[in-house]
Amino acid sequence: MDKQKYIEDLKDIKQMMNRSSRFISLSGLSGISAGIFAIIGAYLAYQTIYADQNYLIYRQAILSFENLSTLLIIALSTLVLSIGSGIYFTTRKAKRNKQKLWDSQTKTLLINLLIPLATGGILCLTLLLKGFIGIIAPLTLIFYGLALVNASKYTLEEIRSLGIVEILLGLLGIYFIGYGLIIWTIGFGILHIVYGIIMHLKYGS
Amino acid sequence: MKEILKNLNKAFENKVRLGIMSALIVNDYLDFNTLKDLLDVTDGNLASHLKSLEKSGYIKVSKEFIGRKPNTKYSVCDEGKVAFKKHIKAIEKLLH
Repeated sequence: MDKQKYIEDLKDIKQMMNRSSRFISLSGLSGISAGIFAIIGAYLAYQTIYADQNYLIYRQAILSFENLSTLLIIALSTLVLSIGSGIYFTTRKAKRNKQKLWDSQTKTLLINLLIPLATGGILCLTLLLKGFIGIIAPLTLIFYGLALVNASKYTLEEIRSLGIVEILLGLLGIYFIGYGLIIWTIGFGILHIVYGIIMHLKYGS
Repeated sequence: MKEILKNLNKAFENKVRLGIMSALIVNDYLDFNTLKDLLDVTDGNLASHLKSLEKSGYIKVSKEFIGRKPNTKYSVCDEGKVAFKKHIKAIEKLLH
């Protein structure tokens, strides 16, 4: 009996099941770059909020109208740069593996990612306008985590655990409300870099 | 041993047919072009293997029109699911 042929067959079956139902071109490098941009963004935001304050006394988050527009610019640039670099590295990986980037799997993945993400985004913008600042950073983590868990069925399996950790961090951030920005930096910065490295080593780029 | 060999399905011995079944079993349906891209085969080759799976009663075909273009969707039947699972089980037993 030719066992080798059947070992090959099983491998082919598994590979075809993954390739036809999951978006597997997601590049680890996009996680690493998104993490780096998040850390830079958080640092700039920190500088803006706590500008000109004495380090020795209790510091207060100051939000004037000017501050707010600077923060929005920082947030928007971080978002655009992260998504842009993510698309760049993922397109590159798809091309190298000769896989289509825009197919039905990509669409399913994006729709499932965007439903919780857009909900969270709109909620956070509303809270920002109403003046509930402190709760926003942890809430972005929670909704991002929910979006990842929801989309993980359609892409690499590691995304699910990344999502769960983001949710837990977000909940912690709600409780320790004063550490919102630090926890945000861990969630969007350090976690992305760690997961990016793991995925880069496991799946290549 | 004989029992196991009996459960191996001749219809899935071919690489292309095995690929078609693997892809269809994890998707609600796939159209012709998606299958072609996934399997990297020619139109004629894919069509003949699809035909034979359809004849065996493992997959079903539905034709629709998107605008004026015909769009053929393929999905796996219950019978196909059962047969494919049996085939995989047989392979696993064989390797153990």
